[in-house]
Amino acid sequence: MSLDLSRIRADFPILSQQIRGKDLVFLDSGASAQKPRVVIDAMIRCMEQRYANVHRGAYWLSEAATEDYEAARGAVAGFLNASDPREVIFTKNSTEAINLVAHSWGRGVLRPGQAVLISELEHHANIIPWQMLRDAHGIELRVARATDAGELDIEDVAAKLADGKAGLVAITHMSNVLGTVTPAERLVAMAHAAGARILFDGSQAAVHRRVDMQALGADFYAFTGHKLYGPTGIGVLWARLEHQERMPPFLGGGDMISSVTFERSEWAPPPAKFEAGTPAIVEAVGLHAAIDYVSALGMAAIETHERDLVDHAMRRLTDIEGLSLLGRAQDRGGVFAFTLDNAHAHDLATLLDRAGIAVRAGRHCAEPLHTRFGVEGGTVRASFGLYTTQGEIDFLAEALVKAREFFA
Amino acid sequence: MFDDLRDLYQEVILDHGRKPRNFRRLDDPDRTARGDNPMCGDRIELFLKLGADGGIADVAFQGRGCAISTASASLLTELVKGKTAAQAHALADGFRQLAMTGTCPACEAALADDMERLQPLSGVHEFPSRVKCATLAWHTLNAALDGSKETSSE
Repeated sequence: MSLDLSRIRADFPILSQQIRGKDLVFLDSGASAQKPRVVIDAMIRCMEQRYANVHRGAYWLSEAATEDYEAARGAVAGFLNASDPREVIFTKNSTEAINLVAHSWGRGVLRPGQAVLISELEHHANIIPWQMLRDAHGIELRVARATDAGELDIEDVAAKLADGKAGLVAITHMSNVLGTVTPAERLVAMAHAAGARILFDGSQAAVHRRVDMQALGADFYAFTGHKLYGPTGIGVLWARLEHQERMPPFLGGGDMISSVTFERSEWAPPPAKFEAGTPAIVEAVGLHAAIDYVSALGMAAIETHERDLVDHAMRRLTDIEGLSLLGRAQDRGGVFAFTLDNAHAHDLATLLDRAGIAVRAGRHCAEPLHTRFGVEGGTVRASFGLYTTQGEIDFLAEALVKAREFFA
Repeated sequence: MFDDLRDLYQEVILDHGRKPRNFRRLDDPDRTARGDNPMCGDRIELFLKLGADGGIADVAFQGRGCAISTASASLLTELVKGKTAAQAHALADGFRQLAMTGTCPACEAALADDMERLQPLSGVHEFPSRVKCATLAWHTLNAALDGSKETSSE
C-alpha cells in the first residue's frame, strides 16, 4: 500500500505555511519532525477535558488522566512489540533514556574495568554519557570504526568484543548523519555471544522502520517522541524487566517509591521506579496519538515510501557537480549529509533557506564522525519525513545547482 | 532564486571569503588567540605582532569557516594593522554593533572610514543565526589584545 502524500501533507498544518513568500520545503525532520493535526488535537483534548496529575488522585479526572498516561505506555509497547508494557519507561527524550542506562545500569551492574563499546557513527547523546561513566566509574570506552562507505566495521566490532571485557555494546540503529542502518540483529548476536548486553539508540531508526523488540532480542532501546511526529519532552527507554530489577533508581522523588521514612525508602516496582516526579502527561498522550497515526498509515508503507525517496535523492544528489555525499551505506534511511565545493555549509543553508528549504548545517551533534570523514567544518544535512515528496527533493537539487553558481 | 541574498553576500564578501587577505601564520607573534564556534565548526587563530609603541604592527589569521566569518576576519586584518589596542577595541565594539543592528550610530567619527569598509557585513543583522559568524574574528581580536587564549562567539 502506498501513501497518499497529498492527504498526508494536509494532516500537517505547518506544511501549508509559506516562509518569506515561498512554500515551505521542510527537510530537517531528522532533527525534529512536524506534528499532524491528530497529535495537536489529542494534546488539546487532554488539557481541556481529561487533565489532572496521575497515579495519585482518588477522583474521576485523575483516574482518567492515569488511564490515558498508561494507555500511552501500552501504545508504545504495541509499537515496539514489547512483551510487557512495564518494559516501557517514559523519559524526556532519547538522551535522557541513554543517560538513565549509563547512570543506573552502568553504575549498578557494570564493574570497573569492564568496557562499553560504542562506534564512530554515534550522536553525542550516545558518546558523552559513556565518557561520564568512564570517568566516574572506571570503565573502559571502546570505539568501533566506521568504514569509508559509512557502514559499521563489523570486523572491528568483533575484534573489540574478542577479549570478553565488554559489558555493554551501545550503538546507533541508524546514523543521524549518514543515514546508515546498522545490522541490529547481527550486533545483538555478537554482543550476547561475547557476554555483553546491547543498547540501541533508535532515535532515527524507530521513525523510519518497524522495530520489534521480541524479534530483535536487544537489552535496551531508546527513542524519542518528537522525531516520531509526536511532541517534545517525551522519550522512551525500552528495557527488559530483568535489567530494570537490577537497576538502582536514576532520579529520586515522588511516584518512584513504595514507602518513605527519613531513615530509608523502598522503591516502587519498575517502571515507576524510573519515573520520579510528575511525568510528561500531555506529551505521553500526544505520543500515543502519533503512534496511532503512523500505525494507521503502516510502518511498512512508510518504509517503502522512504526507500523510494532515498533512491530518488541518491540519483538527484549524486548528479550534482561538486557535491560530495558522506557515506554510501547499502542499508540506509532518509538522511543525507553532504558538502558542496566553493560553498561552506552555513552559507549554503542560508541560501537554501531563502528558497524556502529548511536544512541543517553544522556537525549535527556528531563531531567525531565529521572528524572521521575529514569534514570538520561541517556538512549540510537534508533529512526526510513521511510527508516528504520527490518534488521537494527535485527542488533541493535545483537549488543546490544554483547555489553552486552563486558562490562560483 | 537567490537574488535577494546579494545584500548579504556582496561581492566584497565573496571575494574576501574566497581569497582571504593575511591568511597565514605569523612567525614569532606577540599575541595569539583562538576563536571557536563549537556549534558550527568555525575556528580561527589570530596572530598579532606588536610594535614598540604597543600598536598592532602586523596581524594575520588561519582557520576555517563560512564566507562570512572568513571575509570578516580578512577585513579585520586589513583594518586593525597600525592601530593601537584602544583603537582596535573601539573598532571591534563598533563592528559588533553593526553586525547586530545594521548600524552604529554611537560610533565615533574617527571610525567612519573603517566602518564604511565593514558596511558590506552589516546585512548579517537580518540573519540572527549568522551574526556569530561575522563577530567570531572580532571576539578573537579582543581576546588576543587582552591576553586570553580562547574565545567563542556563541
